[in-house]
Amino acid sequence: MKRVQRWLRGEGAQGLFLISPTLVFAVLLLAIPLIMVVALSFWTQDYLTLDRTFTTANYQTAWTEPMYQYLMARSLKISMFVTALTIFLAYPVAYFISFRVPPKRKAMWIFLITIPFWTSYLIRIFLWKVILGYNGVINGSLTGLGLIDQPLSFILYNQNAVVLTLAHAWVPFAILPIFVALEKVDRSLIEAAEDLGDSKLRRFLRVTLPLSMPGVIAATIIVFIPTIGDYVTPRLVGGPNGLMISNMIELQFKKANDAPLGSALAISAMAIVTFVSLIFIWLNRKYIRGPGA
Amino acid sequence: MTQPIIQLSGLDKYYGNFQALSQINLDIKTGEFFSLLGPSGCGKTTLLRAIAGFEVISAGSLHIDGASMEDVPANQRPTNMVFQSYAIFPHMSVSENVAYGLKARRLPKAEIEKRVAEAISMVGLDGFGDRASHGLSGGQRQRVALARALVLKPRVLLLDEPLSALDKKLREQMQSELRQLQRAVGITFVLVTHDQEEALTMSDRIAVMFDGEIAQVASPQELYGKPTNRQVANFIGQMNFLDAKVMGVDGDKVLVDVQSLGKLTLDLHQATGGIEGCNVVGVRPEMLTILDGSQAAEREIEAEVCEVFYYGDMTYYEVILPFTEAKITITMRNTAGRKVLGEGETARVGWSQSSLLLLK
Amino acid sequence: MKNQGRFLKWFMGLFLVFLYAPAFLLPVFAFNDSSIVSFPLKGFTTKWFSVLQSTEPLHIAARNSVMIAVITAVFSTLFGVLAARASSRFKFPGRRSIMGFIMLPMVLPEIIIGVSLLVVIIQLGFELSLWSIIMGHILICTPFCIAILSSAFMNLDQNLEEASIDLGQTRWNTFRLVILPLVMPGIVASLLIAFTISLDEFIIAFFLAGTEPTLPVYIWGQLRFPQKLPSLMALGTILLIVSIALLLIADYFRRRGIRKTGIENSGGFL
Repeated sequence: MKRVQRWLRGEGAQGLFLISPTLVFAVLLLAIPLIMVVALSFWTQDYLTLDRTFTTANYQTAWTEPMYQYLMARSLKISMFVTALTIFLAYPVAYFISFRVPPKRKAMWIFLITIPFWTSYLIRIFLWKVILGYNGVINGSLTGLGLIDQPLSFILYNQNAVVLTLAHAWVPFAILPIFVALEKVDRSLIEAAEDLGDSKLRRFLRVTLPLSMPGVIAATIIVFIPTIGDYVTPRLVGGPNGLMISNMIELQFKKANDAPLGSALAISAMAIVTFVSLIFIWLNRKYIRGPGA
Repeated sequence: MTQPIIQLSGLDKYYGNFQALSQINLDIKTGEFFSLLGPSGCGKTTLLRAIAGFEVISAGSLHIDGASMEDVPANQRPTNMVFQSYAIFPHMSVSENVAYGLKARRLPKAEIEKRVAEAISMVGLDGFGDRASHGLSGGQRQRVALARALVLKPRVLLLDEPLSALDKKLREQMQSELRQLQRAVGITFVLVTHDQEEALTMSDRIAVMFDGEIAQVASPQELYGKPTNRQVANFIGQMNFLDAKVMGVDGDKVLVDVQSLGKLTLDLHQATGGIEGCNVVGVRPEMLTILDGSQAAEREIEAEVCEVFYYGDMTYYEVILPFTEAKITITMRNTAGRKVLGEGETARVGWSQSSLLLLK
Repeated sequence: MKNQGRFLKWFMGLFLVFLYAPAFLLPVFAFNDSSIVSFPLKGFTTKWFSVLQSTEPLHIAARNSVMIAVITAVFSTLFGVLAARASSRFKFPGRRSIMGFIMLPMVLPEIIIGVSLLVVIIQLGFELSLWSIIMGHILICTPFCIAILSSAFMNLDQNLEEASIDLGQTRWNTFRLVILPLVMPGIVASLLIAFTISLDEFIIAFFLAGTEPTLPVYIWGQLRFPQKLPSLMALGTILLIVSIALLLIADYFRRRGIRKTGIENSGGFL
């Protein structure tokens, strides 16, 4: 009895008590819905009646039907390209702000980087359609300058357009964690490397880059996982060959009225990105701890 | 004699399986300046926080002013604390900080104003009342913390390493100010510190703690002159140790065989911690002399100087005693005409039997 | 050294052009006197803004969105305060996994959240309404609020709280008089971030909207009609200005907080 009383007065009970409203909300609106999606993916639906006998048929369809296989592979590919392009764009920017901008100006630069993202997400993506379109900004200026006779058609309604637009949408989310990681790099370590005779490039490769790797990993995860579920960008700038898995998921839930198959597709996509992310994190751990680092 | 203001008996504190405090028995007298001294991690701050009510004790009892504190939360205990970081509320002015506890007590406005002004004046911050607290210097912040606690007239003021954040000069000044303040207000002060000099100069009594246990409670002089074991002796100042073996006890005399010094007969009270288990003889560096010219001492031994550290007013010698190669330190005041010896020279070391302690 | 510096400067220049291209074009087309959103530009007009003024469905959608965003901001900040305080002040069993779970929506694709909430609502036989969108938005905004508020709570010296208790104040008054004023800039930032995220969120609203659309759902519907596009550009311009104004207000509060307390305790905006 006394022990229970002491426990109730202790930190553990107070912490759990404080967090319980948030936790209960998350359980009700995240855990239970996710469990229901998993359950649904093992059921079948015929028009409006739901058959609750356990079956893996939805997964068989999701994993064997060429159309789904193809969509999944394409989504994964686009996500990977987007992640690579985003990191490639973000790292130099984060490096510039962290190492070249005077400390007092850093906050202003971060602000500058985020301003464009306070426009409506939909309108921002639509504007890329305007920029890349047949009569768009790029074609308009190129023909105006007399560099081309016919507008270029390969820049809109394809996967390149999707990759470019998504990279634009996600780049600040990649800059921030890399910037934070670079800020944490002890400047005296870099001076020590210089003092020990490393050249600029070797110093970067052997000290700065490995030490900022946690930020790069965070950025990769933050970009890679959500982009595979992006719906708007493929619809607006992707054209028929740029559609991704979430467009199919939406189709199953709404028009095709096959929620179980949609659930199976959603869970399969999640499983694949999680798996790829884990491999990525694991490879990086090896790289950071390995003797070459 | 009045009853102790703080009584601790059989107090234990566990964090999971780690025992932070073990069987603490301690009485702190009303009106004294008491220090808890020990290396970092010895449990002294945990003990202070247990008295304040921030740590729930695992076993044992804690009485303040004769009343059990078992179910008394921190905000109802007759203690106030000066934190190591001072914990000055950054969004309040100096006088708002000082008035904070009085407002919690819902005292009339006029009385609050009067007592705040007195407290601010007492710590020498007249005219600082309306200052924003985040612009203050370290010394000023500490004065605000003191005023904020003392304005409530607590039975006990608890101070958690209050001087550690200050630079050396300011620290020495604050040491004497704190001492004067304590005498002026007559409140019991309990100070936690890891600085033995600070504890010695400020306290009426000191408890030395190691590994969650109290090793010795004594006045500064007694602690320095008669430490009860080797660990305490080494933590309070410096001491030379020579291996010793107790050969026998005869009444109030002890026969010991000491490394380099040979067989000696010591008084039993020189075994300050009891004769049981004693295996070293200790002697403070300043109790040894390097004899000059025709000087003589009660006992003498020849030794070779192996290192000399010259400090201006003092010289520290490290010498090697004959037969056993034991190294000991001797400190000598550089008085007029005294020659400083060089390395490799032979020194006549004078000592007296009464300055030795028999320790375990 | 020089080469590297020059490369970085060039890179930054091009990057800023890439970054700002859409935001720059937005006002350009909003004031362009042509019903087609493309080059070359025709002339200056403000008529697209007056079109907005007379579009009733837009007003309804905007009102819905603002209402959703306000409720979302309040509740996700409330949940955020509880969770951030619990995790930064107390050690309790399972803290890491509980926090990890609550933060999960930050990395979960929004379509997954939209789909799973849709499944629950339909299976339990509820009607889709603005409340279903609010629930979804609170779920995705709470992790962002926690991220902002955690840094505010973590920068708080625990001794301040103990000092207040030690001086005789109750727990509740300690929270009200010491903790709350010091984390206030973080709370304001959290409210604004949640408001902005909710206002702009499309996917969850798209899945969970019943008959009443939010602003992004309305915009999505209009994107199909070329003749509506110029007025959407005007709408986008307004939204951009409103967002930047909100951000500047948040930054003002943050700076004031720093000035007042002399400590940096608010956390950034993202």
